[in-house]
Amino acid sequence: MTVHFKQDEPDNSNRLDRMKQGVLGKPLPRIEGLAKVTGTAPYAAEYPIENCTEGVLVTATITRGEVTSIDHESVLTMPGVIAVVDNEKLCTRAAQGTANEAPMQGPKQVCYWGQPIALVVAETFEQARDAAKHLKVDYREEEGAPIDPGAVEPEEQEDETVHQGDLAHAMADAAHSVDVTYTTRGHASAAMEPHAAIAQWDGDKLTVYAALQMLNYNITELADALDMEEENIRLISRFVGGGFGSKLGISEEVVAAALAAKQIGRPVRVVQSRQQVFQTVMRRSETTQRLRLAADENGKLTGFGHEALVSNLPGEDFAEPVLQSSHFLYDGENRELMLKVARIHRMTAGSVRAPGEAVGMPALEGAMDVLAEKAGLDPVELRLRNIPEKDPEEDLPFSSHKLAECLKQGAEAFGWDKGPRKPRQRREGEWWIGTGMASAARVHNIAEAKARVTLKADGTALVETDMTDIGTGTYTILAQIVGEMLGLDPERVLVELGDTRHPRGPGSGGSWGAASIGSAVYVACKAIREELAAKTGTSEEELELREGEAGTGEALTDLLEGEDLAREGHYEPGDIEDDYTASGFGAFFAEVRVNHYTGETRVDRMLGAFGFGRVLNAKTARSQCIGGITWSIGVALTEALEFDPRDGHLVNCDLAEYHVPVHRDVPDLEVVLVEERDGAASPIQAKGIGELGMCGGAAAIANAIYNACGARIYDYPMTPDRVLEAMPE
Amino acid sequence: MRPFQYTRAPSLTEASNLTAGEDALAIAGGTNLLDLMKLQVETPGQLADINRLGFADIEATDDGGLRLGALATNTDTAVHPRVRSDYPVLSRAILAGATQQLRNKATNGGNLCQRTRCFYFTNIDQPCNKREPGSGCGAIDGIAKLHAILGTSNQCIATYPGDMAVALSALGAAVEISGEKGERSVPVRDFHLLPGDTPWIENVLEAGEIITGIVLPAPVGGTQIYRKVRERSSYAFALVSVAAIIELADGKFSRADLAFGGLAHKPWFDPRIGECLLGQPPSAALFEKAADILLEDARGYGENDFKIPLTRRTLHAVLAQVTGDAA
Amino acid sequence: MADTITVNGTAHPVPEDPRVSLLDFLRHHIGLTGTKKGCDHGQCGACTVIVNGIRINSCLTLAAMHDGDSVTTIEGIGTPDDPSALQRAFLEHDGFQCGYCTPGQICSATAMLEELAADWPSDASESLEGRIAISGEEIRERMSGNLCRCGAYANIVAAIEEVAAGGRS
Repeated sequence: MTVHFKQDEPDNSNRLDRMKQGVLGKPLPRIEGLAKVTGTAPYAAEYPIENCTEGVLVTATITRGEVTSIDHESVLTMPGVIAVVDNEKLCTRAAQGTANEAPMQGPKQVCYWGQPIALVVAETFEQARDAAKHLKVDYREEEGAPIDPGAVEPEEQEDETVHQGDLAHAMADAAHSVDVTYTTRGHASAAMEPHAAIAQWDGDKLTVYAALQMLNYNITELADALDMEEENIRLISRFVGGGFGSKLGISEEVVAAALAAKQIGRPVRVVQSRQQVFQTVMRRSETTQRLRLAADENGKLTGFGHEALVSNLPGEDFAEPVLQSSHFLYDGENRELMLKVARIHRMTAGSVRAPGEAVGMPALEGAMDVLAEKAGLDPVELRLRNIPEKDPEEDLPFSSHKLAECLKQGAEAFGWDKGPRKPRQRREGEWWIGTGMASAARVHNIAEAKARVTLKADGTALVETDMTDIGTGTYTILAQIVGEMLGLDPERVLVELGDTRHPRGPGSGGSWGAASIGSAVYVACKAIREELAAKTGTSEEELELREGEAGTGEALTDLLEGEDLAREGHYEPGDIEDDYTASGFGAFFAEVRVNHYTGETRVDRMLGAFGFGRVLNAKTARSQCIGGITWSIGVALTEALEFDPRDGHLVNCDLAEYHVPVHRDVPDLEVVLVEERDGAASPIQAKGIGELGMCGGAAAIANAIYNACGARIYDYPMTPDRVLEAMPE
Repeated sequence: MRPFQYTRAPSLTEASNLTAGEDALAIAGGTNLLDLMKLQVETPGQLADINRLGFADIEATDDGGLRLGALATNTDTAVHPRVRSDYPVLSRAILAGATQQLRNKATNGGNLCQRTRCFYFTNIDQPCNKREPGSGCGAIDGIAKLHAILGTSNQCIATYPGDMAVALSALGAAVEISGEKGERSVPVRDFHLLPGDTPWIENVLEAGEIITGIVLPAPVGGTQIYRKVRERSSYAFALVSVAAIIELADGKFSRADLAFGGLAHKPWFDPRIGECLLGQPPSAALFEKAADILLEDARGYGENDFKIPLTRRTLHAVLAQVTGDAA
Repeated sequence: MADTITVNGTAHPVPEDPRVSLLDFLRHHIGLTGTKKGCDHGQCGACTVIVNGIRINSCLTLAAMHDGDSVTTIEGIGTPDDPSALQRAFLEHDGFQCGYCTPGQICSATAMLEELAADWPSDASESLEGRIAISGEEIRERMSGNLCRCGAYANIVAAIEEVAAGGRS
């Protein structure tokens, strides 16, 4: 039985706070954790499938043009080689998040260097990898493909454009103004598990074990790519080794494995090499961003301008939404916002953790630091003075707003010195030491979701949904929600995720997973509670459940009388999506040291304070925050994709030369969870936290670099060469 | 990987025989070779496993120096009590390189032979004169942040990526080599070659020759420093590194053996640096002069231009650190 | 002894194809998928295993080079019924998120604690000689060969620190 709840109004009833089990929000260890720490949790490539063959993708070595021939015979005689797959249905790009349709297909047309064009299948991985290198391919190259985003006329993303008031006038009249241009380089998700799929056919039924974030969309994308009915497909992603946006849509290996398995009549496993993951899946676009801030003598913003240039391949709808939080974070009645996208032939640009704010916020918050200095204001104070009462563009109330609390509590916990700030005040040996801060903001997303909850006759519970846990903690928080609602120890709640046979949720992405699927589970539990209340002669509102017993003394097992009680919860966000501007907010504080001689920067300590609605599990929520802060360190100091200026190929396509932070780059991190209830965000009053932790943190580091050594840098990442160039003598 | 014949060499002589052919390579730790074989940058038809040939010992030499077996791992070497006490610059250099897992597997001989990390070298679908003579250099007009500023040629601007050899160069160590024609010893400073017109020839090893050991001279004392500048705080190749053995007597430099990493196709040793410093009292002006000499012929390729001032500043930092002159 | 590799106490024949890495041998020949392939080039540490007591990247060595060797993988370090102190500490400190780098982190840390006990110095050590004082910085440097993209580093270090101090035994 399905119970549908469409949310048109905020729910400020705080129902969950009045439950009796007392497990929600508690810092419980992950329920699937033991499997992970003992190596027994199976990831996509690890299912033991009998008679399985190995496929390796072959990728293009031209930037744009046509594959004129693929010489199958060049490899079919090699030991163990079974087939070459160059079917027109092969996908040449990964699908964008929530695309819900097949990504670009047709391997004959090449649009970027490194694009998949074929799959070689062999008995063993070594045979397939060797043969893939030997496959003879002829091309007709179309010269002159643009690869430099600065060298083409960009397209304006008109739905992002805001012209409000007269910014030029505000800038001219301002007591203090800033007009600066920041750049950010491309980023890679670099999830530790490479993209992988095992495809197996049983007649016309297809099962694919894959590394995917959003099965409900992925199954549609795959069905579209293969031109088959969704009913005949089963996707399984029980454990996903990180996604960070790169596994939102199906990627090339999923379709290739399915086509190959069909062609040869045997199961096929395709695991992308690390280099292929870098070169064929998704990059975060580089950006160029102009920030204009106009303020009166009190530091109150009168004008706000943020214009950004990003890039993508022709035919891609996605444009890094750089301005996403700039639309509402600060006051300023005169506003100019504009996003432009340059069409170039580098690999696909798409979602990488916190698309938009991950790079937009570091630029904005860097510019705010410049403004604070010009206005002679403490940077925390400048931000406090510019928190808007309501959305400055949409005339909408905020669903909730904890920026001020985050700024204050964060400053307090960090020991922020409000005194006058001047660079180059503290030196220890070769090292300049300084502090910096920044605001955090990340829009709240939520989506339709379904989950089935079964209260078993034996007093345990089962949760079933296709929702994924990509490291976010979904398994655990769903067990906690059920435990809280039905009065069970979470250990008695079995959570089954990542299988399209279960009711569908929106998957993991855009930080919407917990609030969306958590709400579906909440709706299902509420329906079960109604049944139980009827059995005990009370109302659902009054029903108290704790440790397997109702407050009236009956054991759940007695109430159930040997029958399972199952409800499918169907949550749908209604008017709440249109009636409020909803966002997570926060503040970052960092202390860094910068080497006077070498320009090397090390983060000595960093703190984030975040308000993102109800905390469902204080341990996993904190982990999401420190993960985000760790990414902030990468954005600030080390991560940059490099593209060849001639053929546009991603040059540093491995983990040795694309520098994700290592252990030693990351100090002890402190997180302050600013509790709140946001009833307009979701029925469980929660918002997302998977991305907020990296939305602005890089600016806290950049601002600390300036405070430490006087190097004001407008280009991320702030590698030693850039620090030295900007360092005053 | 291409298919290959795997043979465990039963003796050094047999190892030489096995690797004498064009198509043959010796494998020891394998941490660089297998990396490149997976990319098909290296495609040996014959792989001779020399791991169980012995010469993994670290032992004193008659003149008070130390002989490091070529098959001793980087870890064995870095943690050896005599290396730690008498050749700290070597311990430091090794510990600044790679990761513990890699150092646990990588051997001293293999470390000397490791190949460049140039992106165009490791991508077989890009031009590289080192990998495919005559195909061109992808880096010169491409992405060249890591690349060389000294001793480059119009054929190749790759760097030698290692740290250990930079310290060995400062220490004046020698490489012991065994081959079909017998044994020979080559100073580390002469072991690696500049690219010139033959960038594929990276060192003096000839076909069938195998490194059996590295000989360190008797301890020289002094203050020994290995300073590595990198983009991550660990596990990154050097933008520039300096191995320095410095001694002061009566307020003047009495020893100044310096070698540099990250700047060239080989660990860079320029005897004029020491000559410039010896007998002089430390001063900022002297450090600048030493840097002027070092960088006299330096040339950037756009992206790596920064290495010139960075090298100057890093040399200054090292000399200031040793001489206590923080100016 | 000859032509077998002992993994977690059980001898297995060395694969015929010499190209098979120790990592692929573990994952696909003998079904021990706890050891992860993250990059296949020694750049991420997810494949870390302990061979004859020493931690190495199993992706950058050939199975054929290890006949007669003794390999310990995550499955040999502890099981769901009997986890090791480090495994318990990782669980308690949430020293992981997606879990993919985790077996490598735990194998690495297991061997790393032995290296610390033997006073092997690191790049972070103040002195090359004498006892090595265990500190966050020492642990971070020594664990830098194990990437974690979820960003669980701070928790991983907390877990290791606890075990290094004798906890979760």
